[in-house]
Amino acid sequence: MAFTEAEVLAGLAEIVNEETGLAVEAVEANKSFTDDLDIDSISMMTIVVNAEKKFGVKIPDDDVKDLVTVQDAVDYINKAQEA
Amino acid sequence: MPTLKTAELGTFSRIAGIGAYRAENLVTNDDIAGPINSSDEWIRQRTGIVTRRRASKDVGVLDMCEEAALEAIASSGLKPEDIGGIIISTVTFPYFTPSAAAALTDRLGTGPIPAWDISAACAGYCYGISQADALVRAGTMDNVLVIGAEKLSDIIDPEDRSISFILGDGAGAVVVSSSDEPGISKTVWGSKGESWSTIRMTDSLLDIRDNRELPFPTLRQDGPNVFRWAVWDGAEVAKEALTAAGIEAGDLAAFVPHQANMRIIDELAKQLKLPESVVIARDIADNGNTSAASIPLATERLLREQPELSGGLALQIGFGAGLVFGAQVVRLP
Repeated sequence: MAFTEAEVLAGLAEIVNEETGLAVEAVEANKSFTDDLDIDSISMMTIVVNAEKKFGVKIPDDDVKDLVTVQDAVDYINKAQEA
Repeated sequence: MPTLKTAELGTFSRIAGIGAYRAENLVTNDDIAGPINSSDEWIRQRTGIVTRRRASKDVGVLDMCEEAALEAIASSGLKPEDIGGIIISTVTFPYFTPSAAAALTDRLGTGPIPAWDISAACAGYCYGISQADALVRAGTMDNVLVIGAEKLSDIIDPEDRSISFILGDGAGAVVVSSSDEPGISKTVWGSKGESWSTIRMTDSLLDIRDNRELPFPTLRQDGPNVFRWAVWDGAEVAKEALTAAGIEAGDLAAFVPHQANMRIIDELAKQLKLPESVVIARDIADNGNTSAASIPLATERLLREQPELSGGLALQIGFGAGLVFGAQVVRLP
């Protein structure tokens, strides 16, 4: 079952919250994982793996660097769901 | 046709004794933070490392091997002449050939026994244990010396932010001996050759021979990709090793993963859902990442600081450049 864009955003916010302790409201679509949310590359990998499990998609290592903002990740997951 | 005679099959194998060489120079995060525009806080947060140990210029891989080996042989209640073979896992012995192991036979006075090096990076100690276990159970040797030894400070670049700042030097050794009871489980091991360049040297020696402008080769890694592989693929390997050993996580006394990064260790333990009763080796905080030496060094420290662990079961897993991995359960000496 495909997740809506809002559901993906909400789900990502929960994953970020579990990994970093950041409030879910802070995980807004336009925020940069690195510059705004202060998420380092290792935490980002944990978030990616948990997003794969939650949304049933594959995010290869080489694509992770392209997920700069939360919206980038939402778009990637939405597109991967359609594939 | 005559029937060939073969070695008489052995019974079981176990780790009989352990020894360690820890490098003499303590290197703090502040000591190395400058060239990578970093700080003590940044390094601690990303790696859990507070200090690492590095050897002096005049101390080589063989010196480290010798000290660890003599301690392991003595703690096994043996003498050098009782050793039937030597396996050294190292990626920092500075000769293509001859091997470090052959030289060590002479230093230890073992006599003219089989001796060889293996190249399996941070999984090398687990590879060596697997080989020694097979040799003992096949009846080929009664006592095999297995050493993980690295002088990684020879292949670091002070300005590299990918791996150099986590690396240390050291050697850990064990003697694998014949036993009436099983003391080493079947090894779960393998490789992932498509990720060969994930942890790599900057250039080959032939590149440098042909272009003398190139600097001496040093190590690099794609850290986040290594983290992902080591934790989630590593957890599956570790679970397979438990299954192969016929035990559950609750049966373990200790978990001794390769000391690569504290965050890998913590996340691996989380994925494995280890009970609180299982002691987790965290030698990396003080001694850094010593590649093939890290598991025996961490084990030696656990046994020294918590002698009650002796006789208990430990799950050990190594993973590193190749990519290669290996895991088994051992009964602690």
